[in-house]
Amino acid sequence: MNVFKAIVAAGLAIVSTAALSISAKAADVTGAGATFPFPVYSKWADAYKKETGKSLNYQSIGSGAGIKQILAKTVTFGATDAPLKADKLEKDGLVQWPMVMGAIVPVVNVEGVKPGELVLSGELLGDIYLGKVTKWDDPMIVKLNPGIKLPSAPIAVVHRSDGSGTSFNFTNYLSKVNAEWKSKIGEGTAVEWPAGVGAKGNEGVSGNVGQTRNSIGYVEYAYAKQNKLTYAALVNKAGKAVQPTVASFQAAAASADWAHSPGYYVILTDQPGEASWPITAATFILMHNEPADKAASAEAIKFFKWAFEKGGGMAEELDYIPMPDSVVEQIKKTWTSDIKS
Amino acid sequence: MPLHSLLDGYETVSAIPNMVFCETQDKGVGVTDIAVHSSAMESAGSCDRTRALNAFKLGDRAFYWTTRISAMLVLTLLGGIIISLVVGSWPAIVEFGSSFLTTQRWAPSAEPPVLGALSPVYGTILTSVIAMMIAIPAGIGIAIFLTELCPLWARPPIGMAIELLAGIPSIIYGMWGFFILGPILANTVQPFFIDLFEGVPILGSIFGGPPSYLSLFNASLILAIMVLPFITAISRDVFATVPPVLKEAAYGVGCTTWEVVRHVVLPYTRVGVIGGAMLALGRALGETMAVTFIIGNSFRISPSIFAPGTTISAAIASEFAESDGLHQSSLMLLGLLLFVLTFFVLAAARLMLLRLEKKAGK
Repeated sequence: MNVFKAIVAAGLAIVSTAALSISAKAADVTGAGATFPFPVYSKWADAYKKETGKSLNYQSIGSGAGIKQILAKTVTFGATDAPLKADKLEKDGLVQWPMVMGAIVPVVNVEGVKPGELVLSGELLGDIYLGKVTKWDDPMIVKLNPGIKLPSAPIAVVHRSDGSGTSFNFTNYLSKVNAEWKSKIGEGTAVEWPAGVGAKGNEGVSGNVGQTRNSIGYVEYAYAKQNKLTYAALVNKAGKAVQPTVASFQAAAASADWAHSPGYYVILTDQPGEASWPITAATFILMHNEPADKAASAEAIKFFKWAFEKGGGMAEELDYIPMPDSVVEQIKKTWTSDIKS
Repeated sequence: MPLHSLLDGYETVSAIPNMVFCETQDKGVGVTDIAVHSSAMESAGSCDRTRALNAFKLGDRAFYWTTRISAMLVLTLLGGIIISLVVGSWPAIVEFGSSFLTTQRWAPSAEPPVLGALSPVYGTILTSVIAMMIAIPAGIGIAIFLTELCPLWARPPIGMAIELLAGIPSIIYGMWGFFILGPILANTVQPFFIDLFEGVPILGSIFGGPPSYLSLFNASLILAIMVLPFITAISRDVFATVPPVLKEAAYGVGCTTWEVVRHVVLPYTRVGVIGGAMLALGRALGETMAVTFIIGNSFRISPSIFAPGTTISAAIASEFAESDGLHQSSLMLLGLLLFVLTFFVLAAARLMLLRLEKKAGK
């Protein structure tokens, strides 16, 4: 009996501490959504906690689920890779702004081809993903890459099998540069892929490309860089072949017209400018303009302000691109004017 | 066990609660006393006996209701799952109706979305059927070896190794299939079959190229390995139910081991073996994680088994998180289809095993 009592006592102790810690957490800021910015958000949250003692809980459950959660008001902020249009924001009483940027790069696994060596154009990429260009020594590829010896092997196409913001930005780009892609497939987080195999997550795509000879896939730049994948250069809107570098991503972001886009609805693919990387993407934060929990909402804004001011370096370490200063100033104005505290 | 010791046991057990209720009157009689002198129960008055019996009745009733509620809870849960699946998939049922089953396209972001179950259903059934074609002969072969031919000392380790296969988490199978088995198959087995059947009518397209690291065939092979322990374990158990006298009689008239197995063991246990295979089929139909890793997740129907494909569970696993509206509802409908499919397979398996039990009881 004594053993039993001891067990019960121990159980009660555990439950009550757990309850205490839960109630302590309830005062903190919660967010949910996109998986793409998760590494940088969690790094910011970590550093923010060390500096201020306030913690932030972000769940990377996917953009679609993040939008659902903010609409249901179960979280303080939602995060999405595919921005909502201005009329939708107005209807649901949401405020949207871009938080950080990244880029999507094509990665290949072709024997003898080094990172950055292979050059592809958007139209060609579309034809490969449409299953129209099926061999590596296709004249269209050879024409762009006169110096490289390419094998006469079938191209193994790899795409994302799960719905994702990466796929959204990638298919958005293909729709802009390949007319047939636009009419047949279109853009979306999950589309009707006409060719290839699907893999789950950035890690699934990079694993598949790394493993399969003569394959091509697309992943976030941070992923390609950290896993030392063979990325390809892309021909941009100005007709120049550009390498995926922080400078070319920033060039794309700088040429975007943030100031005149309601709800910051800007998709950074296929931007003008000689140095612009064509598949750059921003990831967005969603909050209610009349938040139910005003204290948590104010805390969240404090965190975002801190992240804009001090988080730039941390974002760059993880191969994300901080928002340009002019855009940050504008976002700060949006907070004071649109979110009631 | 002799009868008197059984009775002793009964009295000892029943005397203890009796003691608890009559403690105030029987002070000085300890538990051990009652246990040793079981006649002490008779010394208690008849009123105490009624009270004690009532207490037993109450305990029994409480026990009955606890177990009954547990059983009903399971049924309620099952009903709840079916209802929520139907409710969740209702928009898709209304939108697509029966064309959901005959449409091959899966275009969630088209305007309007076109979603059809044909290719996941095809992939689910095809991979399970191929897996069964590999696992049933192999599983029955192992079971026959273990029960008829294997030296006694080697039976436990082999049997245990097979059962351990069932304990490996499916994600491990998925990773192994992705990193190890996939490349091996794509570089050896698949080119062999592709070359072998090249130019042959029908077979040439079933085993058509190019070889792929991720394919329906790879998924089928992993499924076969995963369901092997089920088939082996059940076959071994039902083979053990064959009366030795039948086998000995067959050996006595000069049958070979193969003849005994073919004409005595297998006919006697046929229903049980089929039942075991159906249980394995039920598992293969619903397997998710390993299949998602290696099937290629592509919503296209290709005549070749070396082409990537998808199954119902793989489609749900990879798309559910980022889905909404009609897309999500269609995934729910896929889930409902799988539920119905596995329900019928498992019901058939149970029915067959039941028939075997009846036969054994005769």
